[in-house]
Amino acid sequence: MKIRSAADLEKISRQHQKTIYRPQALKVNVGMASCGIAAGAQKAFEVAIEAFKNDSDVEICQTGCIGYCEMEPLVEILSGGRPRVIYKKITGDKILEAIADYRNGTSKKKWILGQIRDPRSVLETDVANPLDKITPIEAIPFLEDIPFYKYQVKVALRNCGYIDPDSIEEYIARKGYLAFINALASTKPAEIIAAVKASGLRGRGGGGFPTGIKWATCAKHSGDRYIICNADEGDPGAYMDRSILEGDPHGVLEGMLIAGYAIGSRQGYIYVRNEYPLAVKRLVSAIKQAEAYGLLGEHIAGSDFSFNVKISKGAGAFVCGESTALMASLEGNVGRPRAKYVHTVEKGFRNSPSNLNNVETYANVPAILYKGPEWYAKMGTEHSKGTKVFSLVGKIANTGLVEVPMGISLKQIAFNIGGGVPKKKSFKAVQTGGPSGGCIPERFLDLPVDFQRLAEVGSIMGSGGMIVMDQDTCMVDVARYFLDFLKEESCGQCNPCREGIKQMLNILTRICAGNGKQGDIELLEELGSMVQKFSLCGLGTSAPNPVLTTILYFREEYETHIQKKKCPAGVCKALFHYEIDAETCTGCQVCFRKCPQEAVAGKKKEPHLIDQEKCIKCGICYEACKFDAVNIC
Amino acid sequence: MSQATAVQIAQEPEIDFRELDDIIEKEYASDKENLIMILQAIQMRYNYLPRPALTYLSVKIGVAYSKIYGVATFYATFSLEPRGRNIISVCLGTACHVRGGERIRERLCESLHIQDGQTTEDGRYTLESVRCIGCCSLGPVVKINEDTHGRIGSDQVDKILKQYE
Repeated sequence: MKIRSAADLEKISRQHQKTIYRPQALKVNVGMASCGIAAGAQKAFEVAIEAFKNDSDVEICQTGCIGYCEMEPLVEILSGGRPRVIYKKITGDKILEAIADYRNGTSKKKWILGQIRDPRSVLETDVANPLDKITPIEAIPFLEDIPFYKYQVKVALRNCGYIDPDSIEEYIARKGYLAFINALASTKPAEIIAAVKASGLRGRGGGGFPTGIKWATCAKHSGDRYIICNADEGDPGAYMDRSILEGDPHGVLEGMLIAGYAIGSRQGYIYVRNEYPLAVKRLVSAIKQAEAYGLLGEHIAGSDFSFNVKISKGAGAFVCGESTALMASLEGNVGRPRAKYVHTVEKGFRNSPSNLNNVETYANVPAILYKGPEWYAKMGTEHSKGTKVFSLVGKIANTGLVEVPMGISLKQIAFNIGGGVPKKKSFKAVQTGGPSGGCIPERFLDLPVDFQRLAEVGSIMGSGGMIVMDQDTCMVDVARYFLDFLKEESCGQCNPCREGIKQMLNILTRICAGNGKQGDIELLEELGSMVQKFSLCGLGTSAPNPVLTTILYFREEYETHIQKKKCPAGVCKALFHYEIDAETCTGCQVCFRKCPQEAVAGKKKEPHLIDQEKCIKCGICYEACKFDAVNIC
Repeated sequence: MSQATAVQIAQEPEIDFRELDDIIEKEYASDKENLIMILQAIQMRYNYLPRPALTYLSVKIGVAYSKIYGVATFYATFSLEPRGRNIISVCLGTACHVRGGERIRERLCESLHIQDGQTTEDGRYTLESVRCIGCCSLGPVVKINEDTHGRIGSDQVDKILKQYE
């Protein structure tokens, strides 16, 4: 069947709303994004499939990322007329017990993360809440009340964890493709661009350039225009694009279709990282389904608009996240950026006008068009509208993906949603913006998160990675880590970036090895400023940020490394050693058993001792000791 | 890298050019723009990029061998040397780094007696470090072939390695 109108979509939607909201059988949705699979969801899924293969009363399905990664694998169970319950940490055979528990009336309270109050997406306000007349289960919290979910507003992530990503029908059932089909039937391209402008949407990949202005400029230039989706999510610690592609690939395709129609393009490209095989697989399947329904291809819905999407896989180069490098890579070349005297919206891919947006940006577009730009612009701050997805990782209790309105404070994200630093350690900094960003110290925790405010403290929004660091994180080592990353990833074409980063890295490596000299900090600042000013592309101009912000906010830590030759966090191996405190040590022998070097000596119930000659500072004893008896000295 | 060379001599594969034709012509329409994906397909088939395959490809799609070499060495995914039966990718993304990814890598190096990018003498393992595979919530993460092992401690490394022949 080919979709010709909104009525056709409505027909499919009605049919499949039943399967997602009021299933006849017991429906088990297993969160099967890469991280869920890595946590054991695949095994659980297979166990359940095998156990119920001859049972038509139980349907085992897959869904995308449910967000709360710390509790993965997450499994949601529902059936018509009963509440929807999410079970946490369901590995292997536990899935069978969870299903039995749901059938017998949910008594395993400790296994349950919560029940859902309202499963509808932000687009479904005109649909009745399918759980309205269903009595909730007592003594089980609503998911929406749990701190992790409480502050979230899911726009880009609206379908992740709610639909089977391999089913276009389930996407359509939650108002999918409606914004596009409606626009195609009755909105002029210029009106769409005006709406995107009015929404205040800014690029979610890092730069934060106003999307509407980019679209308008691209549409102005003549030639074969291209719509390109940047799914080369290279910032370490950021995985929202992967989750969106794995959980809701059609949301991105619809965003690209709308952009294609608004800008006047007939060909789209998605440039995906090679490290994301599952995202590629789900995209391939999504494109095939959209083609089968006539939502991609020639004369879409009987109109003059034709649009195709091709997937191109990257091959492991961080610099290819930069627009001109990405386009060079799409052409089959080495991914080296060029100077942007002429912007890519005028001459980009194949020397033609090219509109490049990030995955999350495209995923926002259908919602903006469907709900109206005013709705979107109501969320957020003056210069940063809407919501932003952050990946909350590192030394944080509740790791996961969160989508919050712009303007929420760092403290709310890290502590209210993220639950703070685990294991009673103290908070030190939060790193935003990946290798191009900076480390923000505790005193700025009340900072409202938006593009401007993050820039004011020397960091950037970036693609949304938030890496929380605690007392065990060495800030000098973090700076060294990022420069090491950037040295590897610099394309080598311009001198300031290639040589400057290398020299800065040499100094930092020297400091971490205990050979820091007086004047090193100043030299780092000088070199940093040079690399910032004279590099060709964004990679170089932002490369010194992690170093400069850590010097700005954690200068004393640098000084301790250089002057006292100590690493207080216990990371730089040449600058510390472990000692067991005889008073606190209970002689439990855990470290004695775990030490791979047999460097720990001591009898049971007597204080232990570390042989410094044998110790390789692997940290196993430090992590293993439950009594905090292993100290960094 | 003497170990890697030893493996190379022992395992230089026979190139089936008809099979290469299928990859280049059928899957990728002999299109120069698809060079990176063609190289990925060749690497998928041989586990690395054998030189004869690249020279053949150069003639086939009309791209200079020097340019193919440039692309193959620019992108981190590609290997010009044979790799082991099991590819260990230790994630050194930021989230894994702050949770001790570096220590896991050191343990791997010690256990296998190889450095980053090298292959064990018996051709059983190749150790590579990667920058973020997007499973940050499970850090530190090690990916072996297609399996992702999350939240691992340095003391679990040997046990995990044993699972791969």
